[in-house]
Amino acid sequence: MDSNSLMQFAGAIASGTVRVVDLTFTLSPDFPVIVLPPEFGQAAPVRIQQISRYDASGPAWYWNNLSFGEHTGTHFDAPIHWFTGKDLPNNAVDTLPVRDMIAPACVIDCSAQAAQDPDFLLTIPVVEEWESRHGRIPERHWVLLRTDWSKKSWRDYANLKDDGAHTPGPNAAVMRWLVEERGIIGFGTETIGTDAGQAGHLDPPYPAHHFLHGGGRYGLQCLCNLDQLPPTGAVIIAAPLKIQNGSGSPLRVLALLPAA
Amino acid sequence: MIEPIAKPRRKNPLLRTRLPTSPPRARSRASHGFTRAAAEGRFMLQRCGACATFCYPARDACPSCLSADLVFTDAPRRGTLLCGTMLHVPADVHFRERAPWRVGLVAMECGPTVVAHLHADCEEGQPVVMSLQLDKSGQAVAFAHPERETPNMADDRQWREMTAEPKFRRVLVTNGRSIVGQETVAALKAAGASIVFVGIAEPWKPFRGEDALRALEGVEIVPLDIGDEKSVADLAADIGGKVDILVNTTEHVRAGGLLDRQGTSIVRDEIDQSYLGFVHLAQAFGPAMRMRGSDGVNSAAAWVNILSVYALANWPVFGAYSASQAACLSLSHSLRAELRPGGIKVVNVFTGPLDIEWFQTVPPPKVAPRVVASSIVSALKRGLEDVFVGDVAEDIRQRLAANPKAVERELGT
Repeated sequence: MDSNSLMQFAGAIASGTVRVVDLTFTLSPDFPVIVLPPEFGQAAPVRIQQISRYDASGPAWYWNNLSFGEHTGTHFDAPIHWFTGKDLPNNAVDTLPVRDMIAPACVIDCSAQAAQDPDFLLTIPVVEEWESRHGRIPERHWVLLRTDWSKKSWRDYANLKDDGAHTPGPNAAVMRWLVEERGIIGFGTETIGTDAGQAGHLDPPYPAHHFLHGGGRYGLQCLCNLDQLPPTGAVIIAAPLKIQNGSGSPLRVLALLPAA
Repeated sequence: MIEPIAKPRRKNPLLRTRLPTSPPRARSRASHGFTRAAAEGRFMLQRCGACATFCYPARDACPSCLSADLVFTDAPRRGTLLCGTMLHVPADVHFRERAPWRVGLVAMECGPTVVAHLHADCEEGQPVVMSLQLDKSGQAVAFAHPERETPNMADDRQWREMTAEPKFRRVLVTNGRSIVGQETVAALKAAGASIVFVGIAEPWKPFRGEDALRALEGVEIVPLDIGDEKSVADLAADIGGKVDILVNTTEHVRAGGLLDRQGTSIVRDEIDQSYLGFVHLAQAFGPAMRMRGSDGVNSAAAWVNILSVYALANWPVFGAYSASQAACLSLSHSLRAELRPGGIKVVNVFTGPLDIEWFQTVPPPKVAPRVVASSIVSALKRGLEDVFVGDVAEDIRQRLAANPKAVERELGT
């Protein structure tokens, strides 16, 4: 690519020929986070403490102190997050290759199935059916699972029952297949976690984490606005914070797509 | 006979909210024996170790035999009202705006004559029962009650000044997820609170008892995550001007001390929930409560903390938790001093292990959540400051008074 095309691309963004869609929830204290049994360590919730706001603590300036867990809000999972990826090279958010932070996406719309069944699991046949319409999933593409889950109220979004969360996600076979047979760069969801709410009962447990990170691939979760993306043709920008040896990070996820 | 107080009308927004004033504060150091007794709801007088004479007011030598061996001891409460006086134009600002105000002389059966504030149903020449109360300046005063229950007794105007009676008051219970929180809500409603706001953090998480809580009349569920400064400030912006009693039912109990815990995240959660949560609540709700200490029948009246008795002496099995409670106890003393100009009581309810999930492996005796709730209401009605609920809390209190070092060593084995 010559510099001319890069400038054309920048111009297309400025003119709106290339549309930029924000796939990110606002990072706020009231956004649901992953819930583990209380005897485990917990993700620290998002906290925003005001330092000053044009007041006695700082007359001309407004700023805050922030604290949050690496896995809060719309966030990125690096391979080091899971035991399967712990020994891979460049497996943390500060060392992963920056070129992996920009990649195209295939968006699989399962919103109808998820509306019927909160425990809906993405399977190989569902993806094959999608491929029959939109073509084979190319290597180094994100696969984003659209469920419209991001449009729910927080309580329905977390959907916690006395036997755990009930939210859609992938089954084990499709995760392994996407990583090994399709060579995806990562998998993204609208729900809290790349895995289904009941994925602890799958084999292996939490197959998205297991296979993605074991294969050196990435996860994105708590995405929104996936309904604005075409099945193919969008490019995702997902650059996590450069946290030393970080397992993940809240981030701004943007999608670039041709304006209609 | 006392007329029942009427539910207060809505405030006239054209009128200024009266600022709180304090009754006289000055006391001798010796007389803080009364302060301790009043805080715990005991009736104590000095008694001479040499000649056994009870004396009043507090002094440094026995008026009978001049012995310096005067010790505050629990004393019989009965006496006879010698005479009552109605003060119509007191010189003191605090009492002038509350005039007429009735005081009297009570001849105690145990000997001394005591100057007391009088319940309106006390009659001259008749028996009375005495208590020591903390007045709006936090100082101990004697209060004479009729010997027997009279109609609408708790609605006496002068008595209400001495207490934080929940009737017709508006209460914020900060955590409605816990059983203690839910029992407290029910107890306060039963005690006549006009509305109970109940804080629920992370409302997307379901919890046990939610349906019953939502079904209670006069109970309003509000979003409140006390670990989050903004959540607390936002709620105070909405209802801070109508919280008359705040009950902090935060419950974050985790076992373990220092060495068997990895890292600091559990400790940090404890501090965030217990200590910083307290700070957030105090900064958001405290100033308005202090300002509303004289705001009519439903003036701001009390702030209640539920503290582990291990705030007073560390129990290493729950060592880090004990430390977080000790921090809250210290903070409560600061809050007490800072709220005193408003006449707001800070009530610390000390409990031993509660009969809740987080003390599952602790053997009985454990305190039932309902007992904590009824103790809170009782403390508000009696105007207490320090309450020890259950056998374990009382045991620790007594052992600490006897030998703190022994308590430390025994809890640590």
